[in-house]
Amino acid sequence: MNQPKFTYAPAPESRDIAHLKPSYQIFVDGEFRDGRGDAIKTINPADEAPLAEVSEADTTDVDDAVKAARKAADKWAALPGKDRGKYLFRIARAIQERGRELAVLESLDNGKPIRESRDVDIPTAAAHFFYYAGWADKLQHAGFGPDPKPVGVAGQVIPWNFPLLMAAWKIAPALACGNTVVLKPAETTPLTALVLAEIIAEEDVPKGVVNILAGGPDIGAAIVENDALDKIAFTGSTEVGKNIQRTLAGTGRRLSLELGGKAANIVFDDAPLDQAVEGIVNGIFFNQGQVCCAGSRLLVQESIEDELISALKRRLATLRVGDPLDKNTDVGAINSAAQLARIRELSDSGEAEGATRWSPACDLPDRGYWFAPTVFTGVSQANRIAREEIFGPVLSVLTFRTPDEAVEKANNTPYGLSAGVWTDKGSRILSIANRLRAGVVWANTFNRFDPTAPFGGYKESGFGREGGRQGLEAYLDV
Amino acid sequence: MSERVAVRKTYKLYIGGAFPRSESGRSYPVTSHQGDLLAHAAQASRKDVRDAVVAARKAFGGWSKATAYNRGQILYRIAEMLEGRRAQFADEVAAAEGGSAKAALTLVDEAIDRWVYYAGWADKYAQVAGNTNPVAGPYFTFSLPEPTGVVGVLSPQDSSLLGLASVLAPVIATGNTAVVVASQQRPLPAVSLTEVLATSDLPGGVVNLLTGFTAELAPWLAGHRDVNAIDLTGAAAEQRTALETAAADNVKRVFVPRSTIWADDPGTTRMTAFVETKTVWHPIGV
Amino acid sequence: MTVTFDRSVLSDVTRDDASLRRFLHGLPGVDQVGAEARAASLATRSIKTTAKAWAIDTAIRMVDLTTLEGADTPGKVRSLCAKARRPDPDDPDVPSVAAVCVYPDLVEPAVAALAGSGVQIASVATAFPSGRAALATKLQDVRDAVAAGATEIDMVIDRGAFLAGRYLQVFDEIVATKAVCGPAHLKVILETGELATLDNTRRASWLSLLAGGDFIKTSTGKVSPAASPPVALVMLQAVRDFADLSGDLRGVKLAGGIRTSKEAVRYLVMVNEVAGEQWLTPDLFRFGASSLLNDLLLQRHKLATGNYDGPDYVTVE
Repeated sequence: MNQPKFTYAPAPESRDIAHLKPSYQIFVDGEFRDGRGDAIKTINPADEAPLAEVSEADTTDVDDAVKAARKAADKWAALPGKDRGKYLFRIARAIQERGRELAVLESLDNGKPIRESRDVDIPTAAAHFFYYAGWADKLQHAGFGPDPKPVGVAGQVIPWNFPLLMAAWKIAPALACGNTVVLKPAETTPLTALVLAEIIAEEDVPKGVVNILAGGPDIGAAIVENDALDKIAFTGSTEVGKNIQRTLAGTGRRLSLELGGKAANIVFDDAPLDQAVEGIVNGIFFNQGQVCCAGSRLLVQESIEDELISALKRRLATLRVGDPLDKNTDVGAINSAAQLARIRELSDSGEAEGATRWSPACDLPDRGYWFAPTVFTGVSQANRIAREEIFGPVLSVLTFRTPDEAVEKANNTPYGLSAGVWTDKGSRILSIANRLRAGVVWANTFNRFDPTAPFGGYKESGFGREGGRQGLEAYLDV
Repeated sequence: MSERVAVRKTYKLYIGGAFPRSESGRSYPVTSHQGDLLAHAAQASRKDVRDAVVAARKAFGGWSKATAYNRGQILYRIAEMLEGRRAQFADEVAAAEGGSAKAALTLVDEAIDRWVYYAGWADKYAQVAGNTNPVAGPYFTFSLPEPTGVVGVLSPQDSSLLGLASVLAPVIATGNTAVVVASQQRPLPAVSLTEVLATSDLPGGVVNLLTGFTAELAPWLAGHRDVNAIDLTGAAAEQRTALETAAADNVKRVFVPRSTIWADDPGTTRMTAFVETKTVWHPIGV
Repeated sequence: MTVTFDRSVLSDVTRDDASLRRFLHGLPGVDQVGAEARAASLATRSIKTTAKAWAIDTAIRMVDLTTLEGADTPGKVRSLCAKARRPDPDDPDVPSVAAVCVYPDLVEPAVAALAGSGVQIASVATAFPSGRAALATKLQDVRDAVAAGATEIDMVIDRGAFLAGRYLQVFDEIVATKAVCGPAHLKVILETGELATLDNTRRASWLSLLAGGDFIKTSTGKVSPAASPPVALVMLQAVRDFADLSGDLRGVKLAGGIRTSKEAVRYLVMVNEVAGEQWLTPDLFRFGASSLLNDLLLQRHKLATGNYDGPDYVTVE
């Protein structure tokens, strides 16, 4: 191919804006201090360069954090709702004020494009605090009885795909309902949660109400196993979720789980095709496909398969893969070497099982964890790439002929987190949406999130909802 | 003139709208609260659990998509059918649970009223538990409760009819189908209830009832990957951990009741436990 | 969208009103929210330094420098033409614009002023801007402009007929206009602000392309809303898909309300990513504008010198 006519010059967001510090500490009982675990280097997945040293917790730090949260619990619950709300409003505003800093930091630590951290992750995190702030003094109107009480102390373990946003999803409703929390961000993406701890400290949230521990899976397990925690909220893989459910079996401790998915994105022959192409792209390449609700299975009506796939490929050729800090980057880096290995392994299995693999021409950087946007056609329901969650920028294309077949294939998975349906026929949308066994159905759109809209899964995608009025239930003693 | 010889009932299982014996051919003696033999009830096996789950799954599509009005009508019809058989159920409850005839009748009446209560909820629950979501964008977004799917119900061991109504009615009112394990020692009112269910326009398979040993059947329900939720009300305390552990295999929703005082206002808790919230988005444009 | 049927179908679809209606209504719908979201997303592209310099010069070369006022005079048109030839008197490196665009009676002075410049002479015709005249009158309007030397004709469609569903009438008028254009290029103004929906924009685009329009153009500039990113998106998709189907590359002209370099550069990004880089040429993409040119010049100067200019440093016609 010739040199393109219109070459976008690099437009990098300045790394300095992140105010990256040489080291980060855990936040326990209102104090920043070194954890008793190892100090690890968190790296930039885009170039594998170390970003900062993070002091990790050990199990005694978990105990300290749980004790601090327990000690703070009664007073926090007894605080008038309007005052709890004001602390949450403060946090929301502080996230907005430091939005650019947090966005750059998130992109550095996670590898996601700055366009997404700037336009989605950070504003939505702020909005989540803003939304639940307003609930704190209105819980009696939420439909859970005249005087709903908090659960107590919650342990919260979150994934690396939306580090700050997931922290907001966990902390905001918990605090609004009068709980205190011990939160552990993912080991590969601790930085924005620890800056959130700074914000929480600066906004004078009473000590012990929020405790944030950096650490690996062992620290997550220590939180889950800690009997003094009344509730566990976990977002992550279905495999780990099942183990947590087993751990909590018989304890009477509460649990909410937001786990994996293998969403079908169903495109009918009368769909608004240009928008469907955008929805497919946004569905599977948003955040490099590292999204539990990603539209990883495209179910296209057979009669328009060729047309849609060629339009999709043309569109994918315009995706810009590269430096996450470049404002024009559409697809950034995979979060970790381990995740990249998994994506590669599953993609290779797709080829081995006979599906046809395609990626647009794109130059991937030499260093860092990169995977080109990939489309598999000729996929059958039995293929691993049609059944297992890849959690990467890999789309599997399957076809259907009738609405019944579309629904049957869409539901033919142990997961049930999300689904998409594209058609210009209103009655069909409602029929399909009704029959899909998934917690979120996007019709003629995909991957939309809002703090007012409950989110969560059916079947093995977990239970409990986050967001909306329904999201309060997980943190109220009902 | 000799006294008439009564025709005694064979107490069978209720699966997919039919009344089979246990495939295992087993039965077990059921005695009154005083220890007198009342009958031999079918002692269901794991294969009966399997068949019941298949029947419940098969019935789920139709029942969950029936109109809420229709479900309410059928639940009310169950109450009507029970009303006509108050005396029979009072006798059976008294035999099973003891207490005065009057007390037993009160329990029957409360059980009937509970069906009426949930009959009324069928077309209101979604209005109370659902809502639109005022999202910050040009989208119409709503969230509605939908039935979880096939629910395994371990009936309370003590309250043979009122307790059963209290755990079963909320499960099916919202559109789930159920595989119920009756009270082990007091199963006969439950079996008689299935006769009511069979004549109340309730589609076969919506409710499947197994009699037998709870401790034997519960693990098969808890571990069954095509069961979406399980109500542990009738589980023995010492079995709970094992059941909850097994339930994790397919991320089952597990319900452990806070209260088993069946005379209390039941509220919505038992419906909320067995629904999923589905959020639907659609753009608003011209 | 890629339409993958045989080209011969194209003649069939315009056989009668019913066929044309079936074809136009059979085009995939446009979801307004999705189209707006895509347009907004493209607008977040950050075009800096060398890319910006290229884009500004390209945009200048795509400008149809326009004056369409009742108060226009030959003097004003001559002045405009001088600017079109050499937009920045102090900098000969600044390229000429694509065309000047005037009413038919002012084509003559424009022809004289632009002789040898390569700048095209566009004229609005067909009872611009409302199109409310007898067909014969509209065609005579075109003939007059072409006879006076116009090399490009910007016609308006009969929006009343379009909205009433008389698609074949609109089609036939375009065909008739094209026939009297002779060698002049025909730009078909859809007046998308009056078509109201993006579905209509898509249908009117296809109708105009089927009828032989060399360009489809958003607006007269006399109706608000005029060009907007979602409308441009849908029209660019139409020419892209029409090219897939027919092999013919047709152009898009955005007109009305585009005043800043920032907007112009965003539209170039859209052209690049939606239609494709083939369309990044004045032969296939134009901005109908008047004040846009001065902002492009100011931005060009800022890029070159690093300093911001004021309006006194560009000429006002």
